[in-house]
Amino acid sequence: MATIYIDNKPYEVKEGDNLLHACLSLGFDLPYFCWHPAMNSVGACRQCAVKQFRDENDTHGKIVMACMTPAADGTRISIDDPEANAFRAANIEWLMLNHPHDCPVCDEGGECHLQDMTVMTGHSYRRTRFKKRTHRNQHLGPFINHEMNRCIQCYRCVRFYRDYAGGRDFNVFACHHAVYFGRHEEGVLENEFSGNLVEVCPTGVFTDKTLKQHYVRKWDLQTAPSVCVHCGIGCNIMPGERHGDLLRVQNRFHSEVNGYFLCDRGRYGYDFVNCNDRIRRPRLRRATGGAHVSVAAEEALEGVANLLHFGARVIGIGSPRASLEANFALRSLVGPDNFFTGMSEKDLLMVRLMVDILVKGPARSPSLSDIAGSDAVFVLGEDLTNSAPMIALALRQSVRQRPMALAKKMHIPNWNDAAVREAMQNEKGPLFLATPCATKLEEVAAHAYHGAPDDIARLGFAVAHELDPEAPAVEGMAEQLMSLARVIAGDLGMAERPLVVSGQGCSCAAVIEAAANISRALHKKGKPAGLCFVVEECNTLGIGLMGGGSLEQAIAAARKGKADTVIILENDIFRRTDAASAEKLFAAAGEVISIDHLQNETTVRAGIVLPASTFAETGGTFVNNEGRAQRFFQVFVPEDEVMESWKWLRHMRDLTGLPQAEEWSGLDDLTSALCGAYPVFTGVKEAAPQADFRMIGRKIPRQPHRYSGRTALLADISVHEPKPPDDHDSPLSFSMEGYEGIPPSALIPRYWAGGWNSVQALNKFQEEVGGLLRGGNPGRRLIEPGKEYQEKYFGRAPGPFSRRQGEWLLMPLYHIFGSEELSSRAQAIAERSPVPYIALNAKDASELGVDGGGMIRLLLPDASYLLPVRITPSLPDGVAGVPAGIVPHLSGSGLPAWGRLKKGEGG
Amino acid sequence: MLSILRTLWTVLLHTFRKRATVLYPEEKPSIPPRWRGRIILSRGPDGAERCVACYLCAVACPVDCISLQATEDEHGRRYPEFFRINFSRCIFCGFCEEACPTYAIQLTPDFEMCEYNRQSLVYEKEDLLISGPGKYHDYDFYRVAGLAIGGKDKGQAENEEPPVDVRGLMP
Amino acid sequence: MKEIIMSLLTVFGVLIAATTIAAGLIWLERRLLGLWQDRYGPNRVGPFGLLQVLADMIKIFSKEDWIPPFADKPVFIIAPAVIMFTVLMTFAVIPFTRAVHVVDMNIGLLFFLGMSSLGVYSVTLAGWASDSKYSLLGGLRAAAQMLSYEVYMGLSLMGVVMLSGSFNLREIVEAQKGLWFCIPQFLGFAVFLIAGVAETHRLPFDLPEAESELVAGFHSEYSGMKFGMFFVGEYLGITLISAMIATLFFGGWLGPVLPPIIWFLIKMFVFICFFILLRAALPRPRYDQLMSYGWKVLFPLSLLNLVVTGGILLAR
Repeated sequence: MATIYIDNKPYEVKEGDNLLHACLSLGFDLPYFCWHPAMNSVGACRQCAVKQFRDENDTHGKIVMACMTPAADGTRISIDDPEANAFRAANIEWLMLNHPHDCPVCDEGGECHLQDMTVMTGHSYRRTRFKKRTHRNQHLGPFINHEMNRCIQCYRCVRFYRDYAGGRDFNVFACHHAVYFGRHEEGVLENEFSGNLVEVCPTGVFTDKTLKQHYVRKWDLQTAPSVCVHCGIGCNIMPGERHGDLLRVQNRFHSEVNGYFLCDRGRYGYDFVNCNDRIRRPRLRRATGGAHVSVAAEEALEGVANLLHFGARVIGIGSPRASLEANFALRSLVGPDNFFTGMSEKDLLMVRLMVDILVKGPARSPSLSDIAGSDAVFVLGEDLTNSAPMIALALRQSVRQRPMALAKKMHIPNWNDAAVREAMQNEKGPLFLATPCATKLEEVAAHAYHGAPDDIARLGFAVAHELDPEAPAVEGMAEQLMSLARVIAGDLGMAERPLVVSGQGCSCAAVIEAAANISRALHKKGKPAGLCFVVEECNTLGIGLMGGGSLEQAIAAARKGKADTVIILENDIFRRTDAASAEKLFAAAGEVISIDHLQNETTVRAGIVLPASTFAETGGTFVNNEGRAQRFFQVFVPEDEVMESWKWLRHMRDLTGLPQAEEWSGLDDLTSALCGAYPVFTGVKEAAPQADFRMIGRKIPRQPHRYSGRTALLADISVHEPKPPDDHDSPLSFSMEGYEGIPPSALIPRYWAGGWNSVQALNKFQEEVGGLLRGGNPGRRLIEPGKEYQEKYFGRAPGPFSRRQGEWLLMPLYHIFGSEELSSRAQAIAERSPVPYIALNAKDASELGVDGGGMIRLLLPDASYLLPVRITPSLPDGVAGVPAGIVPHLSGSGLPAWGRLKKGEGG
Repeated sequence: MLSILRTLWTVLLHTFRKRATVLYPEEKPSIPPRWRGRIILSRGPDGAERCVACYLCAVACPVDCISLQATEDEHGRRYPEFFRINFSRCIFCGFCEEACPTYAIQLTPDFEMCEYNRQSLVYEKEDLLISGPGKYHDYDFYRVAGLAIGGKDKGQAENEEPPVDVRGLMP
Repeated sequence: MKEIIMSLLTVFGVLIAATTIAAGLIWLERRLLGLWQDRYGPNRVGPFGLLQVLADMIKIFSKEDWIPPFADKPVFIIAPAVIMFTVLMTFAVIPFTRAVHVVDMNIGLLFFLGMSSLGVYSVTLAGWASDSKYSLLGGLRAAAQMLSYEVYMGLSLMGVVMLSGSFNLREIVEAQKGLWFCIPQFLGFAVFLIAGVAETHRLPFDLPEAESELVAGFHSEYSGMKFGMFFVGEYLGITLISAMIATLFFGGWLGPVLPPIIWFLIKMFVFICFFILLRAALPRPRYDQLMSYGWKVLFPLSLLNLVVTGGILLAR
């Protein structure tokens, strides 16, 4: 700790931070632009000027940039000094010289950092007589709108896009007063994190294009704390609603999970909530084989009641994309023996294996901030950029950890970003990748190995054996691979915080076992190795912890005649198993009830469809890949007859007429019952305050205090304003009235502070800028590594992959845009999704007599597909790739599988 | 005591003064043009809608009686998709007019807008939009704003230089 | 028989005339206030807005007559009746002309003083029965104010009694044939006028009501016709005090050319208008100012008037 004097008052700050960081953490309002807590200082904008004094006798002082000056013990500065004030005001005036007069039509207006800072410094009138500089804009794809006139040249965008996120197709061009931030030519921004430019840009150069289509101001959005549903990482988000539509998603800070950023799938995938495929009214078939008719909820429930009579055999199929509470409600309704997880056998086995390793093994599952802090990483079988983009972003930071030591040796503080990068040059820390084919992360990797899953597992086993000879050895490894394994083992063994990443991506248990072995071997050497597993869906780990049979077992049970009725909860079983097996379920079951929010094949086939609410219309808990239970809250009340899944299930439970042990009057009751039923879920209750929580007797309002149009919004329907809906399930209210201050971190619905209308108001919600939220981060980790674990390694490495004649091993290739079920229904995401294809290396393609763009017929035991070829040189011989979740009826869960390939007709 | 008597006398003299009351409706009062009466949406000098759907009137409104939704034409010109004022809530404070950056929303000297049915006091955009510029004749927001819209490219607004040539090497 | 019918006719005639004048005063007051404030006042209902009174009556009769649940119900109901009763009873002794009067009482003046004392009960009880802090404060103020001003009112009239040698109002009027008592008894007249304003708690001495501080004082909780009775009672009070001034100091019906009843009405209306002018022109004093003015100025003045008048009479 160091004592610094600000305007002659002493303050305790962390030694070595820069002054801007220290001042903001202390709660001072000091304007800034180019500094960003995640990207540190470059001193480009000259806005955070303060006056520094040599000692208490120095009255003259000198102007310094707070972000470039270390907070050493005894530093004396003045923020309020008239000269510093004048300097900052003049600086803003210069920055505003060319800023266009278009705030009213700028999407950033009302949440603009530049507006806030201009008001803070007091500049209000443009005195210059000269003309304003203008720029042409670029079309940057479906996510980002470009309006270059507004730029104030703070360089935050390039620093984020190039330095932080590793993008290449965006840069700064031209010189002097004409610098231009954009692409070398118009086109879609390729980087997966481009959406963050919206929040990174202090003004309106980059704005959210999807919001623009139904634009409303920040103060008109009804927001609530939520959790992203588009992958297993569980980034914290803040969705915003108005007029019954979800309008945008913004980052919700969590220092351990997503920090300041989101991937584009998470930011733009929300649109599925508004899509035309939404089921908004219950549907049922009045006659067997008849068409669906929309009916009132009463009639649908009547139909359900007929199926749930006493003695009826009912099985329930849960879902890894439904909340813990909804799954638990289904499990309670049908009984533990009749509850199935809804995951395919293959997936379920792997999830169980991962859970087992995490619960019993020595390695701790790292949070994203831990991942970013790792200094040696080995990734087995995961294309992280596509399957868990935020981990890829964290790994891009992790490769800086080791070279950072160079900067330290030169006494450059960590926050001095430009200097640190200059010192590091292109040095990269050890990141090793072993994947079926080339991935984007290879740009920063020390070495990338491409092989079939079995070969990846063998490499992993070999690395474990190198680290600890007691680990099972691999027979018949090529010398080249052995030397690679030695290099990897050497780097991991030398690291202070090594990390192993693996997951569901290869659908290969051996890969996961190999990863577990490596982490075990590292722990044996006394290294606190992290073991990160990537799971596919937002609650995969949660339902893995909950347990239950696989989808195949459910189908088998139905076929054995154990199911008069099947209840499918938020699950499209056609995505999890092949069409033939799914059809068997419908054939065997007497009646299928599907509770879901989007039209899909399962809902089309089901006899009764009940409209469920999406993540934005309900509350619940997800468990992310790290084992962290995170509560998400309802953002808005859905229209029509859409209802939370657990409420539909509650209705069903009431319809059975059976006496019940506990009452589910609210979501909290369900959570309590869940905690009672599973010791592992005890922490779920502490993930967020309960519904009866109040701040000085008041609820926390979902609407900002400036929410407009209350008395006119619905006036076209009736001039008599309706009462705002009640929320019995959370301490938040659907109104603008309530507690105005800073609520507990799990309940922060939006960032706003007096004078800080932009997202940068977040500074006021943190204990220290860039650090913990006040009162600690939300969510609870449910899994901690076992204290007493067995020093046992997983059995034997698989044999090497051998290709088959005429058959190819089909690997699922994940795509950030398109592979995930829900986000692919969002319009902007759909625009970026690839069309179905089959990937082969050039040698295999020529063997089949096709080249890039030619057609290939893929023959599976019960289906065949005609797909265009995409040449992927990095694929091993005998392995073909198909995009996961994009080819209709070719479920990602069914892969990898062997399939025959033939040159297609017309190819 | 004397002052009381003088007051009584002064007040009594008012018997012979002219009365200030205007006998509305037989006699129409003359209302100043800046009177705060019925709200209208005006058009710019070129006849295009002035409102750019910035939501500032809605947020300034102390009784929250203005509601709108922004949308854009194919050339990026923003305008309100719907614009609704609930006059049964309006207090004619004029904050919306003050907040309006484009002179689109204006209060007029018309105050005769009573209804027997409250619902009839909900005015939609077609009820609000007039065909002229109202009190301010020459102002056109898009002519000063840096945004490019149909018929006005970058650099064509008032006080603007032509767009920068990013590839130029001239200092 | 004929006598009974005649006296019944007089009784009802006086009753109807008094209440009609009081009701008309509501209109008159609003018009006059309008006049002195450069406005019109009610001018829409009927000719010159005259039917405004009727409209107001319809309104006040059809309003909900609500008794607060916390009020002392019987007292709450009796209170407004008391004021109507006392004021109307006093009209019985007023000689409108030599012939037109209900009763020719030889203690008429004492009867007037007695009845106006009883009127205090109305406001005090109303304030007390309402069980509301504003009403109670109003009632307390009314009791103190009216009891105090009654003293000087009584004392100020003693000069008149001495000069005329009678308590009979008709005789007092007839004693003014040569000279109206307003000349020799100017001090008595002034004290009586001011005390009269205070007795009817009219502006500027409407402290029991004082809407700016006590909402509506003793009748805060009243509504409908009960409130209406206080209202009419107040205007009846104005009419009565004006009639008394005309009778005691300005020679009642006496006057040349015109018939006596017209003279009486003219004199009465001049004072009614004066009462309204007071309201239009003067601000309300503080309560302590009201009381100290009464006891420190009016009381000595009325005593002085009594002593001087007595001295002169004795000396003569």
